[in-house]
Amino acid sequence: MKLLNKHAVFEKNSILLLVGILIMVSIGGLVEIVPLFYLENTIEKVEGVRPYTPLELAGRNIYVREGCYTCHSQMIRSTRDEVERYGHYSLAAESMYDHPFLWGSKRNGPDLARVGNKYSDDWHREHLKAPSSVVPETIMPGYPFLAETKLSYENIGLDIKTNQIIGVPYTDEQVENAVEDLKAQLDENSDGYDAFMERYPSAQVRDFDGNPREITELDALIAYLQMLGTLVDFSIYDESENNR
Amino acid sequence: MSDLKKEIDDVSGVDTTGHEWDGIKELNTPMPRWWVYTFIVCCIWAFVYQFFYPSWPLISDYYKGYFAETNRDRLNDELGNVAQQRSVTLDKIRTMDLEDIRRDNALNTFALAGGKAAFGDNCAPCHGTGAAGFTGYPNLNDDDWLWGGTLEDIYTTISYGIRSTHEETRVNDMPAFLKDELLTKAEIEDVVTYAQSLSDRSIKATESGRVLFADNCALCHGEDGKGLREFGAPNLTDAITLYVTDRDSMIDIVSNSRKGVMPTWSGRLDEATIKSLAIYIHSLGGGE
Repeated sequence: MKLLNKHAVFEKNSILLLVGILIMVSIGGLVEIVPLFYLENTIEKVEGVRPYTPLELAGRNIYVREGCYTCHSQMIRSTRDEVERYGHYSLAAESMYDHPFLWGSKRNGPDLARVGNKYSDDWHREHLKAPSSVVPETIMPGYPFLAETKLSYENIGLDIKTNQIIGVPYTDEQVENAVEDLKAQLDENSDGYDAFMERYPSAQVRDFDGNPREITELDALIAYLQMLGTLVDFSIYDESENNR
Repeated sequence: MSDLKKEIDDVSGVDTTGHEWDGIKELNTPMPRWWVYTFIVCCIWAFVYQFFYPSWPLISDYYKGYFAETNRDRLNDELGNVAQQRSVTLDKIRTMDLEDIRRDNALNTFALAGGKAAFGDNCAPCHGTGAAGFTGYPNLNDDDWLWGGTLEDIYTTISYGIRSTHEETRVNDMPAFLKDELLTKAEIEDVVTYAQSLSDRSIKATESGRVLFADNCALCHGEDGKGLREFGAPNLTDAITLYVTDRDSMIDIVSNSRKGVMPTWSGRLDEATIKSLAIYIHSLGGGE
């Protein structure tokens, strides 16, 4: 018990205790966090993943605001049941531009990591307005106000700027044209369409909420949902390259 | 503490920590034995675990553990095993003609079971758990088909979707007659009356309505209004409808057009699953 009794030194000197705690915590960090930055095999390189378009980012903000993540995960685990139900397991790279990530762990509803293009916009409209009108057994609440609420997009440029500062590779051009890009994604015939497609090559462009007169929160949320998990083309994805 | 003499508490018989506040002393009760042993076992287990599983970071790699196993490898093994077990059947489903699969009792049973499971995961949100559909999402139990109800037709629809993102998608383009200024409001009222009269004899259609129908609608819906499947144009003479058919809704459909979308499933689902789905849906009651 001699050794254990030496612990009394720490208990009696708060500064010493603090230094001791710092040393212990740093060891944990050095061993568990630092290697993730330098070990080649912890960094996935995947083709196709791009930063969110302004409209998708606005939709993502609504997703966070409404707390969708409290019932829906965005993380298909590498187990047989999940892969057979939802599709290819999620790759770390697919959420590399998420700040914060929305993996979640609670599934009152299904996982949404690959919900993009799985259902039609029409379906999403009806389902978000009154979920039980299309899925009678659902317990999801309705969000009818999304279709009636105008999207507040004036400051989406600042949002993109913030993402740029914390490491998402948005160009200055993308920051400056955020509002125009947001509008262009809703209308194929708009003036900004070509420039938008150049900045976000794989983006889906259409009027998502079926109401071309207004830009609503429903537009943004459906645009976000319809791109989830669609960026990586798994028919050309080489699994062995990232399975180390 | 250690430099203090042990002081045994009279009442409990346990020694004290030597701390004293206004005559109250703190007992130094030892941790329960079971707790101490559990703690020691956990410490030992931590070392065992480090040996067997990926643990320590190294300079350019990490220690992969004695098993050198990853979740992804395990998943691939598991899926590989399942595919192996089913390979004979799945290969047949992949390569054989849909009609032949349906006639083969064992294959048909297999495809029906697989199709049912895939339906629940992928199709039920729009078409309903029992495939009875909703407004805007067709009922798959009846024999009224927009794009055809043979196995091959159903297979094509599932694979490529309707107005989907796939290049080979099924697509038609019913004009928005009012929005695109092809007909006036009065003309639309007139032609809707004619369309209603096709399925409801109590409604009297005008001659001008008939002419408007022949000029604008008959190309896709047919002279007799029974619809043409190559265009996915619905039969207007029966009581089965995809959207609501009160007069106002019909006027809205002719004025603005609806254009429902079914996603493409090729790519998301594999060939055998899509074929199984086609056989399952074909079996629901309306298959041709």
